[in-house]
Amino acid sequence: MKVKQSTSEQVTFLELAKTNVRNYSMFLMLALIFIVFSVLTGGVNFTSRNITNLFIQNSYILILAVGMVLVIIIGNIDLSVGSLCAFTGAISAMIYNTGLGMVPTLILSVLIGLGIGMFQGFWIAYLKIPAFIVTLGGMLLFRGLTYIITNVSPISLRDNEFRRISSGSISLEALHIGGLHYSALLVGAVLIVLYLVLSFWSRNDKIKNNFEVLPFRYFVMKLVFTVGLIALLFYKFADYRGIPTVAVVLAVVIALFVFITKSTILGRYIYAVGGNAKSAKLSGINSERVIFTVHTIMGGLSALAGLVFTAYMNSALPQAGQLFELDAIASCFIGGASASGGVGTIIGAITGGLVMGVINNGMSLMNIGADWQYVVKASVLLLAVLYDTTTRRRSGLV
Amino acid sequence: MSEYILEVEHVIKDFPGVRALDDVSFRVKKGEVHCLCGENGAGKSTLVGVISGVYSSSEFEGKVIIHGEQRFFKSVKDSERIGLAIIHQELALSPYLSIFENIFLGHMETRFGVINWDKLIMASRPYLKRVGLNENPETIVSKMGVGKQQLVEIARALSKKADILILDEPTSSLNDDESERLLELILELKKEGLTCIMISHKLNEVLKIADSITVLRDGKSIHTYDTHAQEVDESMLIKGMVGRDMTQRFPPKESTVGETVFEVNNWSVYHPEYHTIKVVNQASFFVRKGEIVAFCGPMGAGRTELMMSIFGKSYGHRSEGELLIHGKAVHLSSPYEAIKMGLGYVSEDRKDLGLVLIQDIKTNITNSSLKKLSKLGVMNSYAQIKAAQEYCESLNIKTPNINQIVRNLSGGNQQKVVLSRCLLASPEIFIVDEPTRGIDVGAKYEIYCILNDLAKAGKSIIMVSSELPEAIGMAERIYVMNEGKIKGVLEHSEATQEAIMHMALVAEGKN
Repeated sequence: MKVKQSTSEQVTFLELAKTNVRNYSMFLMLALIFIVFSVLTGGVNFTSRNITNLFIQNSYILILAVGMVLVIIIGNIDLSVGSLCAFTGAISAMIYNTGLGMVPTLILSVLIGLGIGMFQGFWIAYLKIPAFIVTLGGMLLFRGLTYIITNVSPISLRDNEFRRISSGSISLEALHIGGLHYSALLVGAVLIVLYLVLSFWSRNDKIKNNFEVLPFRYFVMKLVFTVGLIALLFYKFADYRGIPTVAVVLAVVIALFVFITKSTILGRYIYAVGGNAKSAKLSGINSERVIFTVHTIMGGLSALAGLVFTAYMNSALPQAGQLFELDAIASCFIGGASASGGVGTIIGAITGGLVMGVINNGMSLMNIGADWQYVVKASVLLLAVLYDTTTRRRSGLV
Repeated sequence: MSEYILEVEHVIKDFPGVRALDDVSFRVKKGEVHCLCGENGAGKSTLVGVISGVYSSSEFEGKVIIHGEQRFFKSVKDSERIGLAIIHQELALSPYLSIFENIFLGHMETRFGVINWDKLIMASRPYLKRVGLNENPETIVSKMGVGKQQLVEIARALSKKADILILDEPTSSLNDDESERLLELILELKKEGLTCIMISHKLNEVLKIADSITVLRDGKSIHTYDTHAQEVDESMLIKGMVGRDMTQRFPPKESTVGETVFEVNNWSVYHPEYHTIKVVNQASFFVRKGEIVAFCGPMGAGRTELMMSIFGKSYGHRSEGELLIHGKAVHLSSPYEAIKMGLGYVSEDRKDLGLVLIQDIKTNITNSSLKKLSKLGVMNSYAQIKAAQEYCESLNIKTPNINQIVRNLSGGNQQKVVLSRCLLASPEIFIVDEPTRGIDVGAKYEIYCILNDLAKAGKSIIMVSSELPEAIGMAERIYVMNEGKIKGVLEHSEATQEAIMHMALVAEGKN
């Protein structure tokens, strides 16, 4: 059997691009859509203010997408997250209005979300009711409960402190000089240094253990590109109000779950169960517990998203979170997750979520109504998945 | 028109990274039984895919000529239209439909879109008679054994007026008796003028029915034998398949048997759906250190059910009985606990139960041993890669690298991946269920060597096998099962195929 491999130092840029175009196609799509809207809106979507807004307006969907992609990887679906956002959002507002501080409110709300996730996870994993049905029930149940506890009227918050979670930003006034928030630049610089150190450290480690690495010049190219992006993003933050609090929340969530999926046993179990539950079980993996855990995580993240949305609206709305589940699910599929389970990444889901966010945002800036936004989003969803499945098939992956 | 009904000329088919077929040519005469032999990964299944339109004509190079005309199939539908029918290794029946519905599925005769069921039932009878299936056409197919389901598949092919029948490993999941009947049926159909192409690993079957035999190796067609023009024997075929002489089918044993390690007493397993039916009834057996014991018996004897139930209650509604490891009673309520207590299980159904097909070799091998390869729940990726590479080398898994998706590996190599996964968890007691099913001669020998080495290293091995020569050649003792009961045990010295069959069937007569 002949084997074609291209691992030598002599590999050309074109070859490298060809083999990796699939892995990076989502990012390319995101960049392309962003640039198209930049042109169409005359650069408005590239302003510092709009970039910050993009994060704030999409944060709750992105948080949900992180949990949803785990659920989709194990081959399930969660339709209840929208209602759960409304329910936990209302509860968090009620807890906060009792006079408790922001941190205890956050912890309590997430705990309640985890509890609800456990409840649904128990039905799905141990009572073996299909997730579609359990969460369809949850969707109705928690919408109903939200209406009951709120009396179908909004709950306003006792002060503006809550709001800071979504629209607040982190900045030291002392470093706010000449319209630039230098604290944001500082954080950006620290991140860049950290990123560089980690990249070199892991590369050296790989070389030491005789593993394959990218040729050095492409490694540098990749670094320059990533550093450029980080620098640009933090410059935009510095230029407006500093680092948005919600970006920090999001970054922590993303980093945590990228780590879990890539480097922990739990992550490997999630992919194994999603790829073939029966074989995973015979391999000694407690499939039920993995499914239970994933739905519990989804509950916790729904609560966090509910909290952020309440903060964004500055009040808990009984009809909050409608169709959030569908946005989150669409994000995952645009980001390359497979409906049959076993395939998907956190970064993919986030990119998918951003694709939808950028489209929403761009079309709003162009004063195009929600009607057409739906049409465009639907087309993007279908085309993205079509592209993904055809390239996957061609490369013999599925 | 020539005397050849099917001609394949210089076919080349590439998959990403692998050339599956490399200049393959062969010809099949009208009305003959033509067998394709070759090791796993030799390209037999790919070749069938090329002939039948699974791969469209633009996806490979070379010519496929059927009925004297070059064909450009876009899909399997096109090949069906000109009379080609394939019966795959994995049966393609709709399990909850009846026999006659399955026979006419996809080509039901209708009047303005309305089906006349009675007419269809009537129409199905001649086909059932032709294949010798004595069942009510309204029987649901999943209620029947695999052997009968296979006959339904053939009846279905006949009902489509096929004149070329391709059978991919048709006897791989049949017992000896059923295989025998199937082979006779193929000869019967040949008399009626049907052309059959059969892929098989079982050389005795091939020699029994083939008019001509084409041997494939590493994607190349090595030689076509005409069994009427010359005397062909197994060793000739094996030589062609592996490219070397196979003097011994089983490696010599070097292990010494020690004390009893694992004991099962009065083990009963209840059916997962019909809770009162015992699938396994009061089974008792033991296995000693360094020993290989085999479990033989016809299909449905309850061997797999017994093993899966022992392995952490992976089968059945519930089970009762006693398990002793080193003389101590243990309760294994999940595969996780079973693995922790030193059991390993290699399933007979590697695609469905053994592997995660969409994951790569490395991931599959390490899936059972993540705790060993991690610290505080965080994976050590280097340790994983090293472990996977070690097993790839020691078990001779043929792959460009450990990042290959296991779906693209051949059956023998997939089986080695499952074995690796099991071995990495370092079990003391190793249950292998049909370890060589659907695997070619060369890979079989390698698997036998692996099992022998394990026994030599002091592991205890329980092997479920439907191939009697394999059980006789490998095992110190052979337990014979039938109808959920252990009918008896034979020592290596007294084990013959006749003795095993006798034990299984004569005891059966008493019931």
